[in-house]
Order: sequence, then C-alpha cells, then structure tokens
Amino acid sequence: MKQLWLTARLDIVESLRARWFLIYTAVFGGIVALLFLFGLTESRVLGFIGLSRLLVTYIQLTMAILPIFVLITTVRSVAGDREAGVFEYLLSLPVSLGAWFWGKILGRYIVVFAPVFLAMLAAVFIALIKEIEVPWGMFGYYTALLATMALCFLGLGMLISSIARSTDMAQGAAFMTWLVLLLFLDLILLGVMIQGRIAPEIAVGIALANPLQVFRTAALALFDPQLIVLGPAAYVILDTFGVLGYKIFALAYPSALGLLAAGLGYFIFRRGDLP
Amino acid sequence: MIRCENLSKTFRRARVLDGINLDIALGERIALIGSNGAGKTTLIRCLLGEYIHDGTVTIDGRSPRTERTAVLGNIGFVPQLPPPLKMPVGQLIEFSAALSGADPSHIDAIAGRLGLDVSDIRARPFIKLSGGMKQKLLIAIALGRDAKLLIMDEPAANLDPAARKIFFDLLAERQQSATMLISSHRIDEVASLVNRVIEMDMGKVVLDDKVADDVSLSGRFTCRLVSRRIDPALAKTLGTWKFVADASGLVWSGDVAGPDRLRFIGMLSRYVALIGDLSLHEVVE
Repeated sequence: MKQLWLTARLDIVESLRARWFLIYTAVFGGIVALLFLFGLTESRVLGFIGLSRLLVTYIQLTMAILPIFVLITTVRSVAGDREAGVFEYLLSLPVSLGAWFWGKILGRYIVVFAPVFLAMLAAVFIALIKEIEVPWGMFGYYTALLATMALCFLGLGMLISSIARSTDMAQGAAFMTWLVLLLFLDLILLGVMIQGRIAPEIAVGIALANPLQVFRTAALALFDPQLIVLGPAAYVILDTFGVLGYKIFALAYPSALGLLAAGLGYFIFRRGDLP
Repeated sequence: MIRCENLSKTFRRARVLDGINLDIALGERIALIGSNGAGKTTLIRCLLGEYIHDGTVTIDGRSPRTERTAVLGNIGFVPQLPPPLKMPVGQLIEFSAALSGADPSHIDAIAGRLGLDVSDIRARPFIKLSGGMKQKLLIAIALGRDAKLLIMDEPAANLDPAARKIFFDLLAERQQSATMLISSHRIDEVASLVNRVIEMDMGKVVLDDKVADDVSLSGRFTCRLVSRRIDPALAKTLGTWKFVADASGLVWSGDVAGPDRLRFIGMLSRYVALIGDLSLHEVVE
C-alpha cells in the first residue's frame, strides 16, 4: 500500500509540472469562466435554465474534450516515459509491478478528475454567491458521470500504453480509438439505419457499447428525454431501461469497461518487457 | 551471488543475448565491456528483472522478475543516461529512500562527499540539473543504501576528476561487502576499478578473465609535469584535474586517483608533443 501511494504521489508531482496539465486545467477552468461570462445561466435552451443550463453545456463540452485529452496525455506520458528511460530507472527500485501500475493509475486519475470536478465546483460556488439556485441532484450525478468518464478513458489509455511499444504508435492508437467511438455516436448510427444498412437492434447495441454515447445519453436523457434531442438509439435504450436503470447503467458500464481495460493493461504490462 | 544459465533474449528476430552463462561471487568487481549493441544493457536489464528472457537469472538464489522487491532491495543501479524526471530532487531522494528503506540523510551525505550540496537543489526539478549533477545524485542514491550488488552503466563518464576520486573512495568503502558490475564500452575507463573483465560481443561472452587486483581503489599518485611551452588548452585540461602551475607556468603538479591513472595518461597523450618531463609516484599512506 505504501509503494502504491508513493508511486501515485510521484505521478501526481510529475503531472503537476507537465505542460499538458496546465493546458488541461486552463481549458476546463476557462470553459466555466466563459460560460458565466456569456451569461449562459440567464439563457433558456431545451428547457434548461440557470445553473442547470450551464452544467448541461459544461458536461457536453467535457464529453467532447475529456476523452481525447485523457487518452492522448496518458499514452504520451506512459509510453514517453518508457521510451525516455524513466521506466528503466524507476523500475530498478524495489517497487512491485502491481503497486507501480495501479499507483500510476491512481495518481493520473486524481490529476485527470480534479480539474474537471473543481471547475464544476467553482461554478456551483459562483452560483451560490450570485444566488442562483443550484440543482444539487444534477450536480451530484454529473460529478459521478465525470468520475466514471475519467476512469473509463484512463483505463483505455493505460491499456493502449501497455500494448504500444512507442509513443507514436500509442498516440495513433489512442486517436483511432477516440475516432471509432465518435463515429459510432447515435446521430451517425441514425444515418446508417436510414440507409437500411444495419438492423435497429444492432444500432442500439452499438450505442449501448459505446461509452461516449452512454455518457451523452445519460447527460441529456435524464433531463430532456425527447427523441429529437436524444437520437433514436438512445431513445429506445432509455425507454427500455427506464431513467433509474439507465442512470445506474451509465455509471456501472463505463466504470467496468475502464477497470477491465486497466486490468488487461496490467496483465500485458507484467508479462512483457518493462522499459 | 549472480547466476545466469543459458540466458537468451530475442527482440523480434534479433537475438541480443545468446546463451549467456555466468557465475559472479560476492565481492567481485566486474567490468562489463563491449561495443555498442554487444548486449551489455540488455544483460543489465535482465539482471534488474526488467526484461523477460529465456534461461534463468538468479541473484542470491532469487529471480529478479518474480521476487522483484526482495531482489531489487539489494541492488543499487546507476543508469548510463539520467532519466528525464520532472520531480524535484528532494522528492526523488525521498521516493527512492522510502522504497529501499534507506535513510535520505545518508544519500544527502554521499552526494555532499561527491561535491553536490543537496540542500541547494532540493526544490529544483531533476531534469534541470547539469549532466554531472544528475550523475552525482544517481550515484548517491545507489550508494546511499545497503546494496549488496551495484550495477553501474558508465558511472564516471560525466564526473570531473575530483568527483571521480571521491567516487572511487566510495567504491573502495564497499569493496568487501558488495559485488560491482561496471559497464563501459571502453576498457581503459574501468580497467583499474575491477578484478574481472567480461567482454561481450553479438550477445555472447567472448572474454571472461580475472585481472590483477593490485590497484587500490583509494590509492593516490602525485604527478609532476613539465610543459615545453605555455599552452592554454593543456592548462585548461590540467585545471580540471585540479593541477597547479608554478610561477613560470611550465611546471605543473597535482594528485591523480589510483584507478584514474590510465585515464589521466590517456588524456595526456593528446598533448604528448608539449610534455618535456612527466613523473607519477604512488603515495604510500
């Protein structure tokens, strides 16, 4: 446990000094600042108003940015460290491979989740100061959704890092993963369905398996479950699961996927050459 | 202490280690030499449990791969190229000390002996240090714990002569209690430090020889050198060896660490046309 925490702390310190972390923090902090600046809390779109409107916009933007950011920075730093000889040196110290790998995930998880959560928390504080009503239920669920999203893509990033032997290969694989997930979003599936190329059941199945789609549906559907907003696959999913069922699924499935990917990554990591 | 039996390593189709058999006992000081691509670094990584391989490697009867923490707890390692770590020096010391159960102040003290004041650079990122400072710190971390095996890849390459002298003294202190494996692509860099030479080529051991063990790691020579004329390049080089000139600027004198004499003579060979007289006398203490 001591080794795990030492490794996590090491990764946190390394990340805090990295340029990507500064950009990452500035992006999410900047989004919240801009949303307030442009008076989003006063506008009404799709039934959302006040802080709900801001939070739903924030999570939509986060869904677009966080996955690719987490994937690329994770594979860059892990594969990059391996290439640069950081692994050769640090893994010559008496640290177990389990503590090293999971400690690295824990450290990265904290640095990846903290800025997105703190930016949202800052929005709540500003709302409280401005006496805007805070939708605590929505805030709580979005926090859980962000935590799940970070875990899911961190797990995928660690798996790619374990498989790829060079930074270039790892970056390419991470980008391709994100692109594939993006291609199978509901709206694209709709186009394929209209052309009659795939059965609706398959489209729904793909939408359910795609963590990006799961987050998108969860973020929107719970508050405006209309066909026009959701897209057809998500509408069917929500109709089948029910709101509570889908809420649980949207947290459980991506978490399981992330942990499974990380577990597989660990399995590959400990069986192969370390540096 | 170290036993390699039929150790082989293949990267895709390239066989980098080819059936290595080695037995290394406690207290041996080994020069692992060979040209680039001979397999030295791969062998070191196998000893550190970082590579999977065919055949067996054991250190004190244990596998460095499956019993990592127990085996690596007894190994001090100095890499050839310092890792590009962004963490502050203080944290690197604390991290390595905490993992290996060492006292951080002992690492600080060894760094101090090598001429590196850790208190001045504790908050500075490791990556921002000069090459020599990084090397001194990595040596201090490796020697700052009770390691029974010291694996060093070109450890003195970035050190100035004064720091190298202290480095040799530090090794001399561990001579009886530790096995040392010093890798280099040049025998003259390490010859006087060791009592056994293992040469590798194309993944095989091509030479495994005991050498005369008469050189004391802590020995010292006084040197007197007369230059035919004043030469700025020679003066600068002798300055790095902490030599001082007399009033005429032609007669130089200073101390050379015993294990460094071959290196010193190698350096002087560049200025052989300038040297009118040269003497080296061992200091008996």
